[in-house]
Amino acid sequence: MEMVRVTNLKKKYGDFTAVDDISFDIRKDEIFGFLGPNGAGKTSTINMIIGLSRPTAGDITVDGIDVRKQTKKAQAIMGIVADESNLYNEMDGFDNLCFCAALYGMKKEEREPKARKLLEEFKLTDAGKRPFKAYSKGMRRKLTIAAALIHSPRVLFLDEPTTGIDVESSRHIRNMIVDLKKKGTTIFLTTHYIEEAERICDRIAFIAKGRIVATGTVPELMESIAHGHTIRFITDEINEDIADEVQFCFKESKVSIRSDRSLVMESDNRISLLPVMEFFRDKGIRVYEAQELRPSLEDVFVKLTGIESSTLEETEEKSIGQ
Amino acid sequence: MKSWIAFWNILKKDIEKYYLKPPNISWGIIFPLSWTLMQLIRSPGKNVLELLPGLIAMSVLFGTTSMLAVTITFERSGRSFERLLLAPISLSTMVLAKIAGTIVFGMFNAFVPVLFASFFINLSGVKWGVLILAVLLIAITSSLMGLLIAVSAEQVFEAQTFSNFFRFPMLFLCGLFIPISSLPVFLRPISYCLPLTYGTDILRGAIIEANTLSPALCFALLLAFSAILFLICRYNINRKWIL
Ligand SMILES: Nc1ncnc2c1ncn2[C@@H]1O[C@H](COP(=O)(O)OP(=O)(O)OP(=O)(O)O)[C@@H](O)[C@H]1O
Ligand SMILES: [Mg+2]
Repeated sequence: MEMVRVTNLKKKYGDFTAVDDISFDIRKDEIFGFLGPNGAGKTSTINMIIGLSRPTAGDITVDGIDVRKQTKKAQAIMGIVADESNLYNEMDGFDNLCFCAALYGMKKEEREPKARKLLEEFKLTDAGKRPFKAYSKGMRRKLTIAAALIHSPRVLFLDEPTTGIDVESSRHIRNMIVDLKKKGTTIFLTTHYIEEAERICDRIAFIAKGRIVATGTVPELMESIAHGHTIRFITDEINEDIADEVQFCFKESKVSIRSDRSLVMESDNRISLLPVMEFFRDKGIRVYEAQELRPSLEDVFVKLTGIESSTLEETEEKSIGQ
Repeated sequence: MKSWIAFWNILKKDIEKYYLKPPNISWGIIFPLSWTLMQLIRSPGKNVLELLPGLIAMSVLFGTTSMLAVTITFERSGRSFERLLLAPISLSTMVLAKIAGTIVFGMFNAFVPVLFASFFINLSGVKWGVLILAVLLIAITSSLMGLLIAVSAEQVFEAQTFSNFFRFPMLFLCGLFIPISSLPVFLRPISYCLPLTYGTDILRGAIIEANTLSPALCFALLLAFSAILFLICRYNINRKWIL
């Protein structure tokens, strides 16, 4: 059963097409990730789903509710974490949570215990009495996520939940997201961290230039690009001459030496190890390790989107520097 | 019920976080006070009672328009305003909640000169019911104008500038300082398009019985202005802030 269904969604700003005819489904109780570089159209897509922006064309349903027709009804079951932490600077953490709860019509008797519970879960109990403007970036992010959860939404939208956050806080946030999923919340997140998508998302969509290039689980995405067999050998002695000899004996493979002084053999077919090992033994070279190199999700991303992964890295650095 | 909880908490938050903050309270008191004093010094022979309608109208206008324009532009630049757009409450509820705080603040402003004047003169001839209703309607229309300014402004300083751009001409055209009949003919139609013109006329009637139009007509027109401004604001927010 789908929690979110997006069909032929399109967004134009003037002549510029930010989101170009995309369709995808998010299943109940899964974590669905949008992975793409800056300007790919991630925020534009989220904003249309949550009703903050009007689609140029296309349909969106959330839990069966047509977002374009019954926006407010759909918003009642959504939790939203914007790409910036956007709570009220002059209010303290606890008041911020209570105010957000009130916006969803929660009574005082409901919202205060819930706010306390969330502060505790996010390890912000002490910070709860401090004004939001005095929070560190990681704390701001956590409180913003807590605020999105105050009304126990059925589906949670997170726009770059961990961008610009340190490793420890990011891990905490990721664990919270996984816990939420276990408790039955459907989650849609955007990110430009490949590892983050790989680690916590059940399914991932690669998005670039407003289009979805591929969608699937990590193994499905891996399958989607044809790859041969790559073996990396770590030996006690290696040089160009040895590599040339290996290349001469095993013409089916492409042999190279990596910067870490390991020898790599790539082939379209499976590489049989015994002859290679015998070759090394005959040369008196000791082999400590032979390892298969599988393509990483990053390789898949690069291959499918045609975007160098360095583009993603650049955006990571930029956002950390912000 | 749920909308009511949201409405009440938006109003309560705005009052606590903006209007009850010391600088705003003192602004709300000092500003009308200095206007009052200025007028008294400038025209010492004049009866304080005759100045009162103008002072009330000005205090409301200055207490509301820029206040709302600035707070909303401020919340928009910090993006917390998105929360209100994303909350499961109708746009009308949200607009009403946002202007409610300003209306209360504007009415509070209006009674500063009244209180001040009561030390000097006898106010027993004033029709309080009419006066309060007029103040309320002036506050509503000026708050909505503030909201309209907020929809056009991107930055806080813009909101401030736009407010002044509207407020000062309005003061001169509404018949407060210069009777409309003495204005150049081509300006008069503009005067009759300003809600403040009708507001001050009712105030004049309520305080010194010097109204030029029928109060019933003025009330009806002010209500119409409120309704129209409300619809324009709602339409503009929907069009400009939900991209
Ligand atoms: N309001 C707007 N007006 C005009 N163009 C816009 C607007 N919002 C977004 N865009 C453009 O649409 C494209 C997609 O933007 P979007 O914010 O959706 O990207 P994103 O994937 O969220 O990127 P990021 O990782 O930087 O957040 C960008 O080229 C951006 O410049
Ligand atoms: Mg974005």
